Amino acid sequence: MATAPPLNLRGAPPARPGGRLSWSWLGVLPFFLFVLLFLVIPTLYLLVGSFEDKAGSLTLQNYAHLSEPNLADSYFASIEISLVTAIAGGIFGFLVAYAVILGGLPSFLRTAIMTFSGVASNFAGVPLAFAFTFTLGASGILTPLIEALGVHFNIYSKTALELAYFYFQFPLMILIIAPAIDGLRKDWREAAENMGASSFQYWRHVALPILTPSLLGTVILLFGNAFGAQATAFALSGGSINIVTIAITRQIRGDVANDPGVGYALAMGMVVIMAISIGIYSWLQRRSERWLR
Amino acid sequence: MTGGTPLVAQAPKGPDSLAAAPVSRPRRSFGRIWWWAVFAVAVLYFALPLIGTFAFSMRSQPLFSAYAVVTDDPQFAATLLYSFVVAIVTIIVSIVLIVPTAFWVRLRLPRLRPYIEFITLLPFVIPPIILVFGLLRSYSGDPLPLAGSDFGSDVLLVAAYVVLSLPYMYRAVDTGLRAIDVRSLTEASQSLGASWFTILVRVIFPNLRVSILSGAFLTLAIVVGEFTIATFLARPAFGPYIQLLGGNKAYEPAAVSLISFGLTWIAMGLLALIGRQSRQKIQIAGAH
Repeated sequence: MATAPPLNLRGAPPARPGGRLSWSWLGVLPFFLFVLLFLVIPTLYLLVGSFEDKAGSLTLQNYAHLSEPNLADSYFASIEISLVTAIAGGIFGFLVAYAVILGGLPSFLRTAIMTFSGVASNFAGVPLAFAFTFTLGASGILTPLIEALGVHFNIYSKTALELAYFYFQFPLMILIIAPAIDGLRKDWREAAENMGASSFQYWRHVALPILTPSLLGTVILLFGNAFGAQATAFALSGGSINIVTIAITRQIRGDVANDPGVGYALAMGMVVIMAISIGIYSWLQRRSERWLR
Repeated sequence: MTGGTPLVAQAPKGPDSLAAAPVSRPRRSFGRIWWWAVFAVAVLYFALPLIGTFAFSMRSQPLFSAYAVVTDDPQFAATLLYSFVVAIVTIIVSIVLIVPTAFWVRLRLPRLRPYIEFITLLPFVIPPIILVFGLLRSYSGDPLPLAGSDFGSDVLLVAAYVVLSLPYMYRAVDTGLRAIDVRSLTEASQSLGASWFTILVRVIFPNLRVSILSGAFLTLAIVVGEFTIATFLARPAFGPYIQLLGGNKAYEPAAVSLISFGLTWIAMGLLALIGRQSRQKIQIAGAH
């Protein structure tokens, strides 16, 4: 593992069409070996385990268990939280990005927002959960104010988790969508205006169709981003909220596990959902690159 | 994620836009108020939790005592140091693994590029909780019982973090390689008698400095406060330490949360600094 690839390559013969390929493969061997050991094998282990019962024989029973109310609910809650924060974060992130790029605000605000988005989109996990607890929790700084307004806010609720996820969701939207907004050329707007298009018509027929793949793709990426998050939810609710990543946490800890296969099936269900969302994302991303170059 | 989109040149201001300006001014200035409002909400959302956390940490008397208590705690320094060392090792392994691979693929195996790209997207599909679940189960028993020992767990932790860094590091390096003429540089070096090792270390590497640094700082930001993987591997890292503190203390967790935010800020600030010095597109977003 520790061997640097170049050492393997010293013996590579000069480019000759015939025997070149077999030697060239050696150069990427360390990379593939690493991926095999620390990404493929662990995933395959879970995959195989999800089709085995306790005695080790083939079964689909583990996946049937996923329809039990408790586990099914964890999926529904995860999907709901991810959808809400992806769509709300996507819309708001887009508006902020548009505001600082094309909204006529001073350009130093753009730099400030982009840098802060870089920080906020990476500021997740335990510190983020704590920040929300200290602000809106039982003895939080803003809690008396909110109570005075007649709103009762529960820091262990789905809403609280959504507010916390929103903190890293919309900045991520800003970062990813900014290049797409930059790609909207002034000539397109001017061409539309020269032909008598209203601002609405420009958006309806020019800008939105061009931006749609990027917008949709990024919202789907945000969905996956929220769906896979564990640390924030764990720290905010103390592990009491029932979403998939917390359900898997319980399975790893063995709190409920008399049946490891169910845990593996739970994990595989999550991988399938993530694979679908990332797949759609990269497909849409390729489509959007057609215009934005 | 944002890689591959070159900076778009600003369209020159033609006479059309000058002519259109007076007509559309009233509408635009109304629009500007609206965009200022959007901006203000964003700033408020960014700032409120931080202000709340700061105010909470100030409830401990005397002022700033929460910060003093935390920084005096030997566990604070120990876990932070541990996480930094792990981050550095992760970055080194990631560079040693990815730079030669990306270089070689570009030079000799261009057909492999889509597959490598696909593989480097996989960590988005396999979130940390699943990754650590699989690692624990795969390496708890024979033939490789890594999770059973401290050193083995350290190895697993670094390996998992290298996996997390793959998408960012590969994108950064690949974008960097696109900007230089790999083939000519290699052939020129070869004709001067350079070995592959010399070519990588003394020719390719210096040309990729900016890309590698940007990938490194992003990895640093992701790794130092990471919680999920470190907890399940039972490593004495900074993320689990913050969580533990939250269960035991009142004001100190607020102080540590802000310190952790400051660390992320420093990593991102350095990233932005590199970005300003180069014209290259730098990715500054992580995933969770």
